Amino acid sequence: MTQSPAAARDQGPSLAAPEKRTITLHVNGIDHKLSVAPWTTLLDALRLHLDLTGTKKGCDHGQCGACTVLVDGRRINSCLTLAVMKDGAQITTVEGLAQGGMLHALQQAFIEHDAFQCGYCTPGQICSAVGLMAEGRAKTLDEIRELMSGNICRCGAYPNIVAAIAEVASGTTVRNTGEANR
Amino acid sequence: MNNFGYSRASDVADAVRQIAADPAARFIAGGTNLIDLVKENVARPSRLIDITHLPLKAVEETADGGLRIGALVPNSDLAYHPQIEARYPLLASAILAGASAQLRNMASTGGNLLQRTRCLYFYDTTTPCNKREPGSGCSAIDGINRMHAILGTSEHCIATHPSDMCVALAALEARVLVAGTGAPRGISFSDFHRLPGNTPQIDSNLRPDEIITAIELPAKGFARNYTYLKIRDRLSYAFALVSMAVGLEIEAGTIKEARLALGGVAHKPWRNREAEARLRGGPATRERFLSAAEIVLREARGFGHNDFKIELSRRGIVRALDQAARGQPQSQADKRIK
Repeated sequence: MTQSPAAARDQGPSLAAPEKRTITLHVNGIDHKLSVAPWTTLLDALRLHLDLTGTKKGCDHGQCGACTVLVDGRRINSCLTLAVMKDGAQITTVEGLAQGGMLHALQQAFIEHDAFQCGYCTPGQICSAVGLMAEGRAKTLDEIRELMSGNICRCGAYPNIVAAIAEVASGTTVRNTGEANR
Repeated sequence: MNNFGYSRASDVADAVRQIAADPAARFIAGGTNLIDLVKENVARPSRLIDITHLPLKAVEETADGGLRIGALVPNSDLAYHPQIEARYPLLASAILAGASAQLRNMASTGGNLLQRTRCLYFYDTTTPCNKREPGSGCSAIDGINRMHAILGTSEHCIATHPSDMCVALAALEARVLVAGTGAPRGISFSDFHRLPGNTPQIDSNLRPDEIITAIELPAKGFARNYTYLKIRDRLSYAFALVSMAVGLEIEAGTIKEARLALGGVAHKPWRNREAEARLRGGPATRERFLSAAEIVLREARGFGHNDFKIELSRRGIVRALDQAARGQPQSQADKRIK
């Protein structure tokens, strides 16, 4: 990453390029050994080091939720997490949700409910919804809306996003394959 | 992002040793505020000392019937902890009123206390800010100050503390346990955060070589009559314009004990002992609530855009006390204010 002149001035001599560290990330069931600088975020490690560009960089400040991934089963903002701090962690990104050629129920429900327009927030929305389901706290539509509020959709697809999640969460009319409705 | 070094602390003593040896280093736990501040070039740590592997993740009962919460317990785990839900629902409610599910999964208990203000001038490095660069001036006093403080301000800073959780901890009279190069000590919650005075760059009374190890809650949790009322621009995922944490103890129609803390109005969670005394010893009536609100806001001062916070606080205090007295706390899912 590049440094601003002001940053270089403020850091002084003590910050002569700290050494990179070798870490292992278990991403979508595969172990990856990579060498990262301390300031490399988990988001940048996924996108730039591992070419897993499904996880999106939206605001890069923890405000939009586009970078949401699951770390050890919990949804977090990968833009506010340092890769070096997640050495050894189990990470699931949107690329890891489909199993055996079959979409995850939430991915399928997002398609069925037309729960996106441009699609940029969708990987974060879906990873966040997977985390939401694992937490088991959303029993009503109000609770789904509240507990998904960390994922912004600038196209405003919220009604369909909530409907998709509600369908999977309630276990009714869950469609596991896209073929049935084509 | 600015470059920095990285190390891990092996135990609390090692963490203290490392921070004492490098005053420009910072501890990192959840990172939800600190990493953002580094990206914004507001924080420029020489090194981040990773404390996430320290054994500070337990919630345990204390000898006097309270709870001790490890500094690294994530905000979401704390909000959903069965003992917190049952005995300290005010704390659970305040935590769930703040941030997003993702951020609550990351953010630590200790880090929540140490988050910095979200004053936009503090974040905007092109403008003067006494908290970011002491002596440079305050851009908010004559600037866009809609989100800013109305109580306890100084001519040097009118920033607010952004936490919801801390407003509940103030009302519950929690203690902050810290370790450092000196003897371990406990700090009462009211004494933990500071008013800006002429040193607004210092947010708390935690010393530079100290680390928060735990938060202790006393036995009294006000589980029957409480509320956390947060009033904000959006229904979710927005900082408070004003917020109120209330705990009441009511016996045979008489208020025996009253706690009232305000968020979004000052450099620290705001309590007023005189107002709480005014609430005690009589029935839970609107007149009583209103006179307590008058006491809280007697010294309130707006700076233009935030003048509305004074009247909003007055109404919010009355509403929150009423919710608590009725045993109908504000829902953090259905946001309708009843």
